[in-house]
Amino acid sequence: MGELLDRCDTSGVASLNLSALVPEPRVNGAIAPEPALEPLLVMEHVAKSFGVVRALGDGSLELYRGETHALVGENGAGKSTMVKILAGVYQPDEGTLRIDGHEAVLASPAAARDAGIAVIYQEPSLFPDLTVAENVFIGRPLLRSGRRIDRRAMHRRVLELLEPLGVRLDPERIARGLSIADQQIVEIAKALSLEARVIVMDEPTAALSAYEVQRLFRVVETLRAAGAAVLFISHRLNEVFAICQRVTVMRDGQRVLSRPLEGLGPDDLVRAMVGRDVVEREQTGESQRGDVVLKAERLTREGVFTDISFEVRSGEIVALAGLVGSGRSEVARAIFGIDRYDAGAVHIAGARLKKGVPAAAMAAGVGLVPEDRRLQGLVMELSIEGNIAMASLGRLQRFGFVRRAAEHRFASDWATRLRIRYLRLTSPVSTLSGGNQQKSVLAKWLSRRPRLLIIDEPTRGIDVATKSEVHRLLVELAQEGVAVLMISSELPEVLRVADRVLVMREGRLVAEFSHQEASEESIVAAATGQAEMFTS
Amino acid sequence: MTTALGSFEEANGEVTSSSRRLADLVFKIREFGIIAVLAIFVIVTASIQSRFIDSQNIKFIFTNATIYALLALGETMVVVARNIDLSVGSVLGLSAYLSADMFNRAHGIPIVAVFAVGLAIGLACGVVNGAIVTLGRVPSLVVTLATLYVIRGLDIILVGGGMVVASSLPNSFLAIASASAGPVPYLAMVVAVVIGLGAYYLRSFRSGRELYAIGSNPDAAVLAGIPIGKRVFTAFVVSGGIAGIAGVLWAANYGTIDSTAGTGYELQVVAAVVVGGVAIFGGSGTVVGAAFGALLLATITQALYVLGISSFWDGAIAGLLLIAAISMDHGIAVSLTAALRKRSLQRGT
Repeated sequence: MGELLDRCDTSGVASLNLSALVPEPRVNGAIAPEPALEPLLVMEHVAKSFGVVRALGDGSLELYRGETHALVGENGAGKSTMVKILAGVYQPDEGTLRIDGHEAVLASPAAARDAGIAVIYQEPSLFPDLTVAENVFIGRPLLRSGRRIDRRAMHRRVLELLEPLGVRLDPERIARGLSIADQQIVEIAKALSLEARVIVMDEPTAALSAYEVQRLFRVVETLRAAGAAVLFISHRLNEVFAICQRVTVMRDGQRVLSRPLEGLGPDDLVRAMVGRDVVEREQTGESQRGDVVLKAERLTREGVFTDISFEVRSGEIVALAGLVGSGRSEVARAIFGIDRYDAGAVHIAGARLKKGVPAAAMAAGVGLVPEDRRLQGLVMELSIEGNIAMASLGRLQRFGFVRRAAEHRFASDWATRLRIRYLRLTSPVSTLSGGNQQKSVLAKWLSRRPRLLIIDEPTRGIDVATKSEVHRLLVELAQEGVAVLMISSELPEVLRVADRVLVMREGRLVAEFSHQEASEESIVAAATGQAEMFTS
Repeated sequence: MTTALGSFEEANGEVTSSSRRLADLVFKIREFGIIAVLAIFVIVTASIQSRFIDSQNIKFIFTNATIYALLALGETMVVVARNIDLSVGSVLGLSAYLSADMFNRAHGIPIVAVFAVGLAIGLACGVVNGAIVTLGRVPSLVVTLATLYVIRGLDIILVGGGMVVASSLPNSFLAIASASAGPVPYLAMVVAVVIGLGAYYLRSFRSGRELYAIGSNPDAAVLAGIPIGKRVFTAFVVSGGIAGIAGVLWAANYGTIDSTAGTGYELQVVAAVVVGGVAIFGGSGTVVGAAFGALLLATITQALYVLGISSFWDGAIAGLLLIAAISMDHGIAVSLTAALRKRSLQRGT
């Protein structure tokens, strides 16, 4: 299992040598000719606009049978639009799609499905009350005499579909409670049952633990070896190099690069994506430690987390690492008062915080930037300025009425400070790109000048350039004396930004590392509890 | 192939079935819960007042529960698809009056034709509800709250100050509700069979399962190509049709029908459905559970009557049960999700 180590090594190219399992004719040379075979799917000069916003100017892509093709680019580069066109959700304004050499019109999700295209989203939306088998065969169940549903046959078929993937799931259990990784497996089984030839994976690894990523990679490799064309979208370049053979880079709605990955390094891709060199700022670890701001004492919530004790000092960035589902976000929610806890106590600057009351946490100077910014951090229909000012309305009101002019000034001030790119502050916040939405959530909380900022997955799903901006912001905050508690599944981020790393596993704190001690291996080993996996 | 598969299944068995067994058990407990509460009520009441379990009284409970259980069948189909039909009481009232009045308007009319009239009235109301909900994209809570009043108003206009009295109805019609084998009315048996068929339909047919899918995740249902409009429309038409038939049965049972027939039934039916374990936001629950919910509510009403407790308590107790059922379901859902997730985790790592 040395792959797990290698995967995290950004400098290594194609370190995960899965292709050794299945012989695959690789294309050599820097500007290699396209393989002689006809591409399975061709997207040519596809364009799509929403009103005046041109989301995609020139989307082009060739997918071949038996390849895993990476689609990379910053947020807003047009990747999602391309995915939605392939999924039949959007209709392109211009350009053509060809499948097997024939022009194809994907007028609806059903049409895309019939054309053999399956899309696996970052967070699949299954039917939580239906069984795994029913989810796989939704809309087209296997029938027996009298047009009755044939549960046994569906059960059998799902096991057959899962067997080559090496994944064990009970076809008869309901989907509620499945991990995101398992939900993706259900979607993949659905794709296989539809005999999909093109499998699009839209940031499938964003919410997965390292172990689950490995399992997904094995599944992708199985699909590829069986002749499918896999389009793999990810912000994590090490993953791209680990499993993909060719890459297409998008920038500002245009294709800027499309070629075999061999001979390229991560720096080349980043340069192509942003059109310039990105300098990543390292955490200096020199920020001034102050008094204890947050003290969590033996926090316990039945069945979720147990006996969690730690401190965060002023000027310190503490990362909470661990697998998805290890209870990290739940601890954060309990501290902030969204969820209750059964035992233990939270102290902010020495004063005990009332449990279960977010308003009390806010009054004590705690800010929480939640993981799911669309659902929990922003009111999508509300204006950008409304969202930024939302947590500071007390300071912007007079006689109980919010002064609009003050709100506007306030929001524009913070938007500038955080370099939020917007057209008009009065437009709905949903018109911003993902990275700028995240910055708006940050602005909302930073403008309250918190003592303690809890931030859950600060850069999930945002592009490389914005990522380093967010990192810079966090470091600056700490230097100003704010205590930061950061939850992150991205190890490079944890290592770069955090002064201390706490690792959770199955609801318990299992390890603590200083900035110097922390390494990807030590964190992963602690998070999975399987240190022997990393002794290669 | 078969042998290889068999061994694979076997190897899978121990790991995979544990989470399923847990989920199954929870659902069984959920329905056992209703039966247990029912049993407690019967035993406690009977020990205080033995008259409660005499044949006449039991028959009375069954007859009352039958109409609620029948309405609950249609309501369940609507509720699992994340909708609600509040108009069933009004539809029942309109159908009860107009169908029974047929005996006065057309002497010697066959009973089957009267049922056809009731069914037609119910279907028509269901079509109106379903069309506004699916074509107009108006939330069903609003639509059926409106038709609750509109249909009741129509009923009052048509009935005026009049009423149909039992003496004007043929005995063979009245016997439909009263004929019984011992304490069990034949009608209850027929309705039990109908509910059984409904349960089988919802479980084993594509359109039935798709109602659950719609209630479970409407957005995903769109992407899966499920004809949501068609399914929801059908559910409303079925619910309306059932309410129409229930109206005829109501007329046969009570004999005296004025413009207030079936007032407030919608809330009793929704209560029965929810107490019976159907999730109010759709996706899960069975018609059998809903039928038991109806039986429980009817039993409570009669128990209070037999014990000489004011009928004002009836509503209060039904309300308490409703709250208990909803909080229990919420608790179960939360702990079930947590437990299933925990198992996946243990298995995954």
